Amino acid sequence: MNQDEYKKLVDEITPKENKLKNAIVAFFIGGLIGFVGQVVVTILMTSFEMENVEAYTWLCIFIILFGSVCTALGFFDNLVTKAKAGLIVPTTGFAHSITSAALDYKKEGMITGLGANFFKLAGSVLLYGIIAAFFLSILGVMIYG
Amino acid sequence: MIFFNAFLLSGLICMLGQFILDNTKLTPGHVTSLFTVFGAILSFFGIYEKLIKWAGAGATVVISNFGHLLYQAGIAGFQEFGILGFFSGLLTKSSAAIVSAIIFSFVLTLVFKPKD
Repeated sequence: MNQDEYKKLVDEITPKENKLKNAIVAFFIGGLIGFVGQVVVTILMTSFEMENVEAYTWLCIFIILFGSVCTALGFFDNLVTKAKAGLIVPTTGFAHSITSAALDYKKEGMITGLGANFFKLAGSVLLYGIIAAFFLSILGVMIYG
Repeated sequence: MIFFNAFLLSGLICMLGQFILDNTKLTPGHVTSLFTVFGAILSFFGIYEKLIKWAGAGATVVISNFGHLLYQAGIAGFQEFGILGFFSGLLTKSSAAIVSAIIFSFVLTLVFKPKD
C-alpha cells in the first residue's frame, strides 16, 4: 500500500466530527451560562440590593467556583467533550485550566509540582491579557485623553 | 429582553470559539488567550461597555471580559495615579477572578485526588 492509499484509508476510517452539531451545542451551552448568569445578576441586584459592578463580580466568583468544583470532582472533562467551547470560552474554562493543572502536578510536590505548574495552562491568558491591556490602556489614554 | 440578549451573545461567542477549534489547528489555550486580547481591543474601542449594557451577564461570563476588566483598570489607574497607575492599577478590577481561581483551585486540590 503506498502513502496516498494509506492516507485515503485513514481519512475514511477516522470518525468525522460533526462541526454543525458542535457549533449548535457550544451555542446552547454557552448561551445557557450567559442566561443563568443574567438571572443570578438580576436576583443579586433586586433581592440583595447590590450595585451593578458588585453583582457581576459575585457572578464571576460563582462561575469560577462552579468550574473548579466540577473539575475537582472529575466530571468537567466529560462535560467539555460534550459541551466543547461552550464551557471553555466562559470563565469556567479559566478555572478548569488552573484546577486541572494543580490536581495533575500535586504528586510532584508542593513547590516543584503544584506551585511551578499552577499557571501552566492559564498563564497564557494572564500574560497576553496583561500585555495587551497594558499597552492598549497607554494608547487609550494618549488618544482619548 | 436582557435575558434573551445574554443567551444570544454568550452563545454566539462560544460558537465562534467552537468554530475556531474545529476549523483551525488552534488549541483551547490559543482560543482563550485570543479572546482575552480581543476583549481588551473591544474595550479600547468602547464596544465592550456597550455589549455589557446590551447583554448584561452574556458579555461578562466569557473570558473576553477579563481583557475588558484589565483595560478598564489600566485607564482607571492612570486617572487616579498617573503613569504609576498603569502598573499599580492594572489588576485591580480583575482581582476577584484571579484570587478566587487561585483560592478555590488550591483548596480543592488539597481535598481531592486527580481522576485518571
